[in-house]
Amino acid sequence: MSDNAVAGVSTGPAEDDVLAELTAPVPEVGDGGPEMVQLLTPEGQRVENTEYDHYLDGLTDEDLRGFYRDLVLIRRVDAEATALQRQGELGIWASLLGQEAAQVGSGRALRPQDYAFPTYREHGVAWCRGVNPLNLLGLFRGVNHGGWDPNEKNFHLYTIVIGAQTLHATGYAMGVQRDGAVGTGDPDRDTAVIAYFGDGASAQGDVNEAFVYAAVNNAPVVFFCQNNQWAISEPNERQTRIPLYQRARGFGFPGVRVDGNDVLAVYAVATQALNAARSGQGPTFIEAYTYRMGAHTTSDDPTKYRVSAEVEVWKHRDPIERLKSCLVHQAKADQGFFDAVDGEADELAAQVREGCLTMPDPTGDSMFDHVYVEPHPVVEAERREFAEYHAGFATEGGH
Amino acid sequence: MTSMTIAKGVNNGLRAAMERDPKVVLMGEDIGKLGGVFRVTDGLQKDFGEDRVIDTPLAEAGIVGTAIGMALRGYRPVVEIQFDGFIYPAFDHIVSQVAKMRARSLGKVRLPMVIRIPVGGGIGAVEHHSESNEAYFAHTAGLKVVCCSNAEDAYWMIQQAIESDDPVLFYEPKRRYWDKSEVDVSAAPRELLKAQVVREGADATLVAYGPMVKTCLQAAEAAAGEGKDLEVIDLRSLSPLDLDTVASSVEKTGRTVVVHEASTFLGMGAEIAAALQQRCFYHLEAPVLRVGGYNLPYPPSKLEEEFLPDLDRVLDAVDRSLAF
Ligand SMILES: Cc1ncc(C[n+]2csc(CCOP(=O)(O)OP(=O)(O)O)c2C)c(N)n1
Ligand SMILES: [Mg+2]
Repeated sequence: MSDNAVAGVSTGPAEDDVLAELTAPVPEVGDGGPEMVQLLTPEGQRVENTEYDHYLDGLTDEDLRGFYRDLVLIRRVDAEATALQRQGELGIWASLLGQEAAQVGSGRALRPQDYAFPTYREHGVAWCRGVNPLNLLGLFRGVNHGGWDPNEKNFHLYTIVIGAQTLHATGYAMGVQRDGAVGTGDPDRDTAVIAYFGDGASAQGDVNEAFVYAAVNNAPVVFFCQNNQWAISEPNERQTRIPLYQRARGFGFPGVRVDGNDVLAVYAVATQALNAARSGQGPTFIEAYTYRMGAHTTSDDPTKYRVSAEVEVWKHRDPIERLKSCLVHQAKADQGFFDAVDGEADELAAQVREGCLTMPDPTGDSMFDHVYVEPHPVVEAERREFAEYHAGFATEGGH
Repeated sequence: MTSMTIAKGVNNGLRAAMERDPKVVLMGEDIGKLGGVFRVTDGLQKDFGEDRVIDTPLAEAGIVGTAIGMALRGYRPVVEIQFDGFIYPAFDHIVSQVAKMRARSLGKVRLPMVIRIPVGGGIGAVEHHSESNEAYFAHTAGLKVVCCSNAEDAYWMIQQAIESDDPVLFYEPKRRYWDKSEVDVSAAPRELLKAQVVREGADATLVAYGPMVKTCLQAAEAAAGEGKDLEVIDLRSLSPLDLDTVASSVEKTGRTVVVHEASTFLGMGAEIAAALQQRCFYHLEAPVLRVGGYNLPYPPSKLEEEFLPDLDRVLDAVDRSLAF
């Protein structure tokens, strides 16, 4: 992940950096362009779209309020995790701030039998899959490498090596195909796989190979790229010369850019792509155009490489505010509802904090568990050695 | 003499090499404006421009593969791999191309490139950020593998690695990046491929490199309090190995403990033990012992202190050696 690991180094901008920023021209901030599917403007106005509107037909008012609740709760969990890191309770945290709609919109479009392959930032998707947020914190606290059972919620472990999971998702989808779980018309059987990755990851060989494999196999996989404009300090221009969604065409499957801060548009576009996968029409590339509002991780210092004016532009495209305005305009939620969600968020945050602070540390000998399925003589010998060594301390007091 | 951190030592060394030779170019992820996640390239893009300090796309096979091409065209690329655990996408290029190009071309082609890798654990990081993979590369003929342990070596060794006409994997002990030590930028540097006795002693020899040199020096200090006189060797170069320096120490002390963060199985310690028993068989008073990471995937960071060798585990091995 990346972990700008400059522990203890001053991170504030120097005075001349601040001056330079004040006098720097405001950067051109992309708005996704006319190709981008948007169903809600940043002000929360519903935009008609004949191709995608009908994917929202099945959504009740309660579903819409549910989206809002998801967005608020996961943002609150994320903020709590950031605070816990600041207080030394987590080693690092990769914030999803700004990307909630991309994650909730796609996460809520999944069916139980679908399978998701995340990066390290998909806390919102994890939430939609029912993974306990505390499990996510465990990884960042250094208690485990991701202590959930991937097959319980069909949500794979976080993958930190950039891009690797796109191949795993494609292979998983090839398995789904061979199981005959595609194109049967049975909504409880037909299965799609979704692979999450970032704009930076789009440059990796693995990701491009995944596109090739998915295409030639017509695999039921959706490639869901959150283009949050940055790969640590590198902007899109360092990774690509064309809009990312246009890459798909060259690999032989459709690509679509969606407003990643518009939960309804993401839900619609993801639903279309997942339906296509489940029904046997093969892969789709979705580029969710969004923004990483925070640092890359808690160890990063974005003042080194981007200007705050850019962040300001994106603040006006906030995914939660726009859904809230929509719900208010359309009288689908009242203040009581919003207050209740805020209250619930505070409660959840308190639970997460409490759970984090009381999370037991792993015992030393647990490192020797689960290295192999079958007993391994080297591991067993070292397990004994480790135990004897530590027992020696107990008796002799060590050195 | 100036005091600087290891990170600054590499930074200054890169700067000196770039000033001296316009063919030296840096390539890597986030090495430009950000100066790398460890700030090792801080300020270099500002001073040498984007043509010489290249923020690459996020693709390690691409970084090393294109660096090979740059080297073929007469440049001296210095590649930064962001973390040890992210070298593997480039493994194929390093092992199949970088290492073999000289032999394959019957000596017609040289690849004077350096691959810099922050190495090892102890920083509380998540998975893949704490690996010690030097043995994979030391195992590969055609590559030189070196590892600095202090600021002076960082400063000089990176320049010597860049000057080498053979490809060099240059390991930097990431948990020691912010340790300061004295650097003499005017004195003649030590030879790149020579080990250094960093503490003299008579009772046993500790052999280490990179992050474990400091641990071994601390262990030797503690042992001195108990009347044990330990010699400490900083290998500096892992391939080739400076066995002369190690052997002459072992011929004196008769006892050796090799210490590294990497897992012991088929690690540097195994090679050193095998070489020493061939070369110094009649001088050995005890078997060569190894202290290393256990033969496990690197554990979650809460357990890394128990996984990694520390002062106590080193002293425990010394006691076992002395008791033999
Ligand atoms: C193979 C590999 N190389 C480098 C890294 C270090 N690293 C972690 S995140 C990151 C940037 C990722 O950018 P992007 O794909 O856009 O995802 P984002 O972090 O923006 O969500 C890098 C270079 C890594 N984790 N894996
Ligand atoms: Mg990104």
